[in-house]
Amino acid sequence: MIIEQSLSMIFPLLLAPLMLGLINRTKAFFAGRVGQPLLQVYFDLFKLLKKGAVYSRTTSWIFQGGPMIGLAAFIASLLMVPFGGVPALISFAGDFILLAYLLALARFFVVLAALDTGSSFEGMGASREVTFSTFAEPVFFIAMFALARLSNGASLSEFLASQPRLWAPNIPLFFLISIAVFVVLLAENARIPVDDPNTHLELTMIHEVMVLDHSGPDLAFILYGSALKLWIFGAILMGVLIPIKVEPTILGQVTALAGMAVLSIAIGLVESIMARLKLGRIPPLLIGAAGCALFALLLVLRGHP
Amino acid sequence: MILFLIAVAIWVSTGISALVFSRRYAVSSWIGAGGAILGCLLALHSALQAILGNLLQSFQFPWSLPFGSFYLKMDPLSGWFLLPILGLSIMAALFGTEYMAAWRDRPSAGGSWFFFNILIASMSLVVVARDGVLFLLAWEIMSLSSFFLVTFEHQKKFVRDAGWNYLVATHAGTACLLALFVLMAKSTGSFSFDAWLEKGVSPFSSIVLFLLAVVGFGTKAGFVPLHIWLPEAHPAAPSHVSALMSGVMIKTGIYGLVRLLSFSEVPPEWGCWILIGIGASSGILGVLFALAQHDLKRLLAYHSIENIGIISLGLGVGYLGLSIHSPGLAILGFSGGLLHVLNHALFKGLLFMGAGSLLHGTGTLDIEHLGGVIKKMPWTGSTFLIGAAAIAGLPPMNGFISEFLIYLGALKGIGTLHGSPLVFLIIAATSLTLIGGLALACFAKAFGVIFLGSPRSKHGHDAHESGWGMRLPMISLAAGCAAVGLMAPLAFLILRPVLTMVCRIEALAAQEIFTQTSMTLFFVVLTVLGFLGLAGFLWGLRRWLLSGKTIHESVTWDCGYDAPSPRMQYTGSSFAQPLTSLFKSILRTQRKISPPSGFFPIHASFFTSAPDVFVRTIIRPFYHAVRFGFSKMKWFQHGRVNAYILYIGLTLLILLIWNLR
Repeated sequence: MIIEQSLSMIFPLLLAPLMLGLINRTKAFFAGRVGQPLLQVYFDLFKLLKKGAVYSRTTSWIFQGGPMIGLAAFIASLLMVPFGGVPALISFAGDFILLAYLLALARFFVVLAALDTGSSFEGMGASREVTFSTFAEPVFFIAMFALARLSNGASLSEFLASQPRLWAPNIPLFFLISIAVFVVLLAENARIPVDDPNTHLELTMIHEVMVLDHSGPDLAFILYGSALKLWIFGAILMGVLIPIKVEPTILGQVTALAGMAVLSIAIGLVESIMARLKLGRIPPLLIGAAGCALFALLLVLRGHP
Repeated sequence: MILFLIAVAIWVSTGISALVFSRRYAVSSWIGAGGAILGCLLALHSALQAILGNLLQSFQFPWSLPFGSFYLKMDPLSGWFLLPILGLSIMAALFGTEYMAAWRDRPSAGGSWFFFNILIASMSLVVVARDGVLFLLAWEIMSLSSFFLVTFEHQKKFVRDAGWNYLVATHAGTACLLALFVLMAKSTGSFSFDAWLEKGVSPFSSIVLFLLAVVGFGTKAGFVPLHIWLPEAHPAAPSHVSALMSGVMIKTGIYGLVRLLSFSEVPPEWGCWILIGIGASSGILGVLFALAQHDLKRLLAYHSIENIGIISLGLGVGYLGLSIHSPGLAILGFSGGLLHVLNHALFKGLLFMGAGSLLHGTGTLDIEHLGGVIKKMPWTGSTFLIGAAAIAGLPPMNGFISEFLIYLGALKGIGTLHGSPLVFLIIAATSLTLIGGLALACFAKAFGVIFLGSPRSKHGHDAHESGWGMRLPMISLAAGCAAVGLMAPLAFLILRPVLTMVCRIEALAAQEIFTQTSMTLFFVVLTVLGFLGLAGFLWGLRRWLLSGKTIHESVTWDCGYDAPSPRMQYTGSSFAQPLTSLFKSILRTQRKISPPSGFFPIHASFFTSAPDVFVRTIIRPFYHAVRFGFSKMKWFQHGRVNAYILYIGLTLLILLIWNLR
């Protein structure tokens, strides 16, 4: 069992950047371009790791510490995420709370690093980041409460190490939870329609503009960290969507991997066919997602008296 | 208990000596602060013994108060509230010796140590008093001594206003408490807490008593909308006093509530709903108002309201557990709420001292004038960062642990309960997430704008670090925040006697819940340690990667603009603007704009302020009505002495007839 559990830790560490590659290829396909190689993100990472760094005179140690703390928080969070029906390496009652707060810690330091540059661009991005995540967090929590009630569990591994017997009679419910988690995924990972990961020069951008001044290994940490963060939310979404618990367990993991590939393509699809929303429309989007999660919770309460 | 009594004697005597030597600041501060610290160390021994439940210490002085008696008793609950009071008092006394030296030429500087020590003594007496009259007496001394500490700089008008505001608010609260205690004494025939416990009379007994308790204790604690004195008094008071008042004095309100509510066996459900409702509204509104502030101490004061909200959410969940006979829910709720009492004392004390150090080093607390201070004040900056992470509930720190326990309680309930308790648990947990997100935004703003970037005015440029007298307390409190966070299972187990007392369960009966929860906390700490290890590893990796590479220093990327200036940085107000405008219907931020006009505009200005909505909509109209009512009685109060003598005669006559009846 420990081997499978370790595998679900090794997969993201190795494959998470591939998701970004898949998304980019999908978008290129829809735009009628050839697009960058699938492994481009890996090339970027290696190139950045080999480089030196440039630091602004305005910055302090916070600026240099931010990327490390962020990446460490993402890796630590991954320890608690189950994958493909296999429980996570660490699971305990309320682990999703720690996961959400570790992500918040990462966000806190990325935001502080952005403010450390003294650039008004980055301040703007930081301000938007904290605004939208304030709305995204309750959505995630309500969705988790619904899963807790449904699965009678208290940890992510119990919620998601999936139960086909629960899935079949509750399809609308899982559908609603998936919508909520998917919206949170898009918002937290700086994807369209909340943010545009491609450019950082427009005044409308959030995440990319915050990391404008990072360079070298720091930027590599940030890039790799954002790939891992995408994987975290993707794995949770897979847990909700694909209720498999099969022997041998490796089969479940392979299925989940395929699911992650499909998810990447789906994100690419969303990014290709949608435009970024106006900033003022993002809180309503997230509140709508919260509505979905709350409705799912109500359905659970009704269905499981 | 004898040590505790000696401590009280030390506080009072050194306080009076400080007053005697008030002309010589050095002497009075040594005596005052030294006495405060010595007394705290002695009393700490009693408090720790009491928390561990080793012995129940009580003391009845052969001295009768009118209606009451001088009856002290120290049980785990008293000990638990005494712990932060004493600990933070030591730190505040240390901090104060250096901080107050700036006012050394004023005779009142020495005298302020008198009130400081009396405040410590009265707070300690409040949590060990076991008699209603003694409690109110200590409560009143506490309010008065803190009033004199708040009005230390009474030459300034805003300080006098704030002091007046505080005095009125605290007495309005005390009036409710007086009514509450008299009513409770009437139904039991005694002012002794033991009698109330025996008869099972508590504010839960009737809605009138409950509302009196909530208003009376809530005014001190800062429940919305009774919080109005906090954002005024904290900016006015010297920083170590704000730290003490916000860190522990407002908790005496929570203590009083818990103490009185613990007299009833099974609380009614409506009481828990009210507590959860108060917690959610105080928490969310507190942090929202904090977001709109630009004075650091005002911002911190609103965060105290938020944290009191979190505490009362925990207590609400705990009492809900008691009322539906779910010991697990009760233990988790109370442990979260009560641990947050200690945690808030640690990080709020730290943050207010950080604010004091900033004021000392830069001369202003307007965050829009600061920036880049961490380079000039590395100690203050780093410890403030730890406090900010702790108050935002971020993992390695203590704030996360107490919020986690409340979440865990709510999660447990959401998995199993039905009906209205379930709805209230969902409300509690969801508002906790919202509070967490907003608090993160607010402290990203406070820390980021003050300490990071480049200085926005000469205040930031000329900043200098404080001396060790101010650094040491901040470092100790920061270490405390980290220690409680990293030793969470231990902290939870220390709370155990307190919990079994408040929940009225046998320690053995709840064995399983305690074991489970401390295991869960152990896993939390394990994961967090994993995170810290990873961060350390990445730090080493980054060093290795960068060794031998060229590292440039340059300007912040400026988009090709030629002359960027520090004033172009994002300010605190602009950082918070998306959130404040989303919640503008609640905040009602006032703006004064004079827009630029013409081709070469010289004058343009923009100013926002977020005065307290509740003052404008509830408190002020209420006091206007009171004043109007009293002004109608002016004909009665006209200043003619002969008529007054007539009143006295009439009153005596009426009383006489009443007695003859």
